[in-house]
Amino acid sequence: MLKILKYSFYDLMRSRWSYVYFLFYLLLGFVLLFLNNDLSKAVITLMNIIIILVPLIATIFGVMYFYNSREFTELLLAQPLKRSSIFMGQYLGVAGSLTLSLCLGLGLPFLLYGLFKSGAILNFSMLILIGALLTFIFTGLAFNIALSNENRIKGFGYAVLLWLFMAVIYDGLFLLTLIAFEEYPLDTFSLAATVFNPIDLSRILILLKLDISALLGYTGAVFKNFLGTGLGFLISAAALLLWTVLPVWSLSFKAKKKDF
Amino acid sequence: MIQIENIHKQFAKNKVLKGVNLNIPEGGIYAVLGPNGSGKTTLIKCVLGLVIPDEGSISILEQPVKNQWKYREQINYLPQIANFPGNIRVRELIGMIKDLRSKPGDERSLIGLFGLEPFLNKKLANLSGGTKQKVNLVLTFMFDSPVIVLDEPTSGLDPTAMIVLKNLIQKERKAGKTFLITTHIMQFVEEVADQIVYLLEGQVYYTGTLSGLLEKTGQKNLEHAIAHITMEKQNA
Repeated sequence: MLKILKYSFYDLMRSRWSYVYFLFYLLLGFVLLFLNNDLSKAVITLMNIIIILVPLIATIFGVMYFYNSREFTELLLAQPLKRSSIFMGQYLGVAGSLTLSLCLGLGLPFLLYGLFKSGAILNFSMLILIGALLTFIFTGLAFNIALSNENRIKGFGYAVLLWLFMAVIYDGLFLLTLIAFEEYPLDTFSLAATVFNPIDLSRILILLKLDISALLGYTGAVFKNFLGTGLGFLISAAALLLWTVLPVWSLSFKAKKKDF
Repeated sequence: MIQIENIHKQFAKNKVLKGVNLNIPEGGIYAVLGPNGSGKTTLIKCVLGLVIPDEGSISILEQPVKNQWKYREQINYLPQIANFPGNIRVRELIGMIKDLRSKPGDERSLIGLFGLEPFLNKKLANLSGGTKQKVNLVLTFMFDSPVIVLDEPTSGLDPTAMIVLKNLIQKERKAGKTFLITTHIMQFVEEVADQIVYLLEGQVYYTGTLSGLLEKTGQKNLEHAIAHITMEKQNA
């Protein structure tokens, strides 16, 4: 698996897109710091961007890489290699290189601005960690979609739809349900509904960390009141980790049964 | 050496293999023939574990292949369509496959034989179909494995490369290797194959020598014999 990881990673590092992604974050980091002139504020602004953008990039990139490396995969499948390690190697290669772009792209401007001297270091590492987790989750989901769909156009469609659903539609539905059933106690429902969406989950996790959960309104307040910052943090972190593991598990399960 | 028992495979509603039984002993060249869509490539992919059969079992060197991967160390496989990642160079590809198989490979003499030296630093996307097939052949023949599976090895090759390929096959055969070859070039079959396996509509229609097939169909050459079987099936 390590060899495949090496080749996938090497292949991606040579592709233009990794650099575009890296440069984008670099630029974003500098611009935000320049505009906010304050590390903590920049972290909050970044959070809003990362939570939407990272899943989008990871999904698109994951699907694109999977379809583009189909030839490579077929070549590997005929070699004495374990199936699951081929796909796992590719998955880790994509997710790893995206995470690297994210860390370096955002890390550099913040470091230059004097991250280590400020109190925002913990919040910033939290942000990067969430970004990395979201990258792994959505790359995994994208690989699942691509593996189940021979047709590239369909695969792409489903992937974009998945992102749209998680990032936008889900919250809309969530709010609609809250309004429709406002006469009922909705605490448990809203807690549960949040766990089913990794994007919401990450948002809560960061807000709890930043201790500004009031900003989130209802869900944040519920989380804080019912769980306290510590427990809420643990639960949402555990759920997020579960979200990371599930696509990987389903990927290796699907890969075993697939014909090439 | 290779035992195939009652293999069934269905893609969506299309039943490709309907109970294939085949026993291939060690050594010799087996040509798998059959009309388009008769399941030749699917059968070969089942042997390699690329396609997972719905039913039946395959074992190679007394080892069942289901969910296994180690046995592929014993097989050199030439895929039908040379699909390579386009953005890497020929030299890198060869090095990569050697690294992945972690086995010494004798690529130098093969590169010389097929005249690939000028292409070693070219990207695979920029190679012609025939040159890609030559690279494909180098990748297949550079390792020393007891089983060699070739899916349409002649496609896109010029006459010179064809002769090189035939010599290569004969040389490996003398070394005691077992070959499984699919092709549509009947002349190639007549020249190299020891045994013929004829697949028709997802089943083995005939196994045996070339002369046996000619006798069975009452035709004077392989091409006519094959055409005869196909026509007969259609009329029936």
